[in-house]
Amino acid sequence: MTAPVIAPQRRTRRGSELFLLIFVVLLAAVVSVAIEGALGEGVTPAPLWFAATLALMFGITHVAIRLFAPYADPVLFPLVALLNGLGVALIHRLDLAAAAPNERFKVHFLTGNASLQLAWTAVGLVLLIAVLVIIRDHRSLARYSYTLGLVGLGLLAVPALLPASLSEVNGARIWIRFAGFSIQPGEFAKIAVIVFFASYLVAKRDVLSLASRRIAGIDFPRGRDLGPVVVAWLASLLVLIFEKDLGSSLLFFGIFIVMLYVATQRTSWLLIGLMLFAGGAFVAWTLFAHVQDRVAIWLHPFKDANGKGFQIVQALYGLATGRLFGTGPGAGRPEIVPYANSDFIVATIGEELGLFGLTAILVVYALIVGRGLRTALTVRDSFGKLLAAGLAFSMALQVFVVVGGVTKLIPLTGLTTPFLSYGGSSLVANYVLVGLLLRISDAARRPPASQQAVQPLANAPTEMVRL
Amino acid sequence: MPEVVLAVTRIGFLALLWVFVFVAVGVIRSDLFGNRKTRQPPPVRRASAPPPPRPAKVKRGRTAKMLVVTEGTLAGTQISLGALPITIGRANDSTLIITDDYASSKHARISPRDGQWLVEDMGSTNGTYLDRAKVVGPTPVPLGAPIRIGKTVLELRS
Repeated sequence: MTAPVIAPQRRTRRGSELFLLIFVVLLAAVVSVAIEGALGEGVTPAPLWFAATLALMFGITHVAIRLFAPYADPVLFPLVALLNGLGVALIHRLDLAAAAPNERFKVHFLTGNASLQLAWTAVGLVLLIAVLVIIRDHRSLARYSYTLGLVGLGLLAVPALLPASLSEVNGARIWIRFAGFSIQPGEFAKIAVIVFFASYLVAKRDVLSLASRRIAGIDFPRGRDLGPVVVAWLASLLVLIFEKDLGSSLLFFGIFIVMLYVATQRTSWLLIGLMLFAGGAFVAWTLFAHVQDRVAIWLHPFKDANGKGFQIVQALYGLATGRLFGTGPGAGRPEIVPYANSDFIVATIGEELGLFGLTAILVVYALIVGRGLRTALTVRDSFGKLLAAGLAFSMALQVFVVVGGVTKLIPLTGLTTPFLSYGGSSLVANYVLVGLLLRISDAARRPPASQQAVQPLANAPTEMVRL
Repeated sequence: MPEVVLAVTRIGFLALLWVFVFVAVGVIRSDLFGNRKTRQPPPVRRASAPPPPRPAKVKRGRTAKMLVVTEGTLAGTQISLGALPITIGRANDSTLIITDDYASSKHARISPRDGQWLVEDMGSTNGTYLDRAKVVGPTPVPLGAPIRIGKTVLELRS
């Protein structure tokens, strides 16, 4: 009786993705030309090889996305690829700085840390494709949520249980080292735990959001519903105590509180979370010397500028040297900062690309997080919503903690900068995270299946979500 | 490498970095609002590409004068249609406030354009259905076609 309603053709926009990826490869080539020009033996074929390697790897991934997640968000992967490409170029730049000037012609992308990072990039991309191939529907993950939760907790606990010789690097017991390999299980635990939180909260959110007591205009949950928050809080304190890892501890607790807030839409959880955090932070500060150390360095880095405060002071000098537009890639001295290629890569960017370049990188992170949250808004099932919001927020919090630490906004904690820092575990785990986000965004943007089957109106397909 | 080339490469890189950011934002923008230049199905005049505003003209004599709730808790309610859009949802400032567990606070809007009434979903959780099809963009509503919002069904009558 009516004219057919034509839904607008939902475009996959894979062409835009390809265009942005070509742009990324171009950017990587330009930055490595600038680095070679400043540090190397003039123009060498190295930038070309580097760009070609990136083009090959990103190209294969692009084809896989076309095949397995054709409606996935077109911007997400190129943004991540940019950070990854720039990261490898900067790690290569720090490799060059570490070599003696007359040895530099031997350093190229197939030596040193840059080659390892490229290899890890390949592993990460293979896992991203594997996520897209194996997980055809993100809702299937909910079935393994308790398994994944246990695996996550296990991964988190392993370094604390292993002897320090196998798990401790620079004071933090967050590693598993064997046969020349070292991995940070916490990076993978993060993803497993977010999946678990998402499915747990979808199941329990009615209880957590409905039963409440009103105090001073804010709905507070009943005492017995506080259980899971207290457990998450204790778990993150245990990580802090036994693994001496401030960053992961903060990250896990923050993710849990925000996902609780997203699931229940109740501000009281944020307040409770902040109070628990303040209490935990104070207790940790009074009890543990390493926490006191970090806080002291944060408050007064210049007191011991050549000792404990050396790293942060040099990072601040580096940022200051960079000024607005930076010294230019390859023209600064970022290698003075210890761990310039991993924890302090933000200082390297600030020094060589300036505030102008660093802001661009932060905007790229903001866009990645924004696309993740957008996916959470668009996707139709609540598990997908919570999962996407949790994954996106975990990246936001991690970037905040790292950049805040390097710029002395908050005490320094040892977290990696996603996709930029040197480190295989972080890179691979973050690619898995992006794979999941791509899968969810594919489900979110996929047009609904054609409604040719005529059904009575009352049985028309619709998903009922009680609000 | 000559100093000039190096300087150009450095500045060029920073400029390109920001160009990339803006291109990415552009892709996001066109993803949100639809790219005007591309793929509009020509035979069906879609509301997303409106012609310059003209005085509303009456089409085929019969225009909708009333919005009637046919099913749901508010069944029997009638709203006279004027020149203003009608918002439907659980929010108190909606024109038609529906108490339906499956409706969102700002669920849908029905607004006049060029003598036609268009229904659009305002980002509801459960969606708005015109006849059996999910409403994706602003969609013209024929007289008597059921608009379904949660458990409530509405239709336009002359």
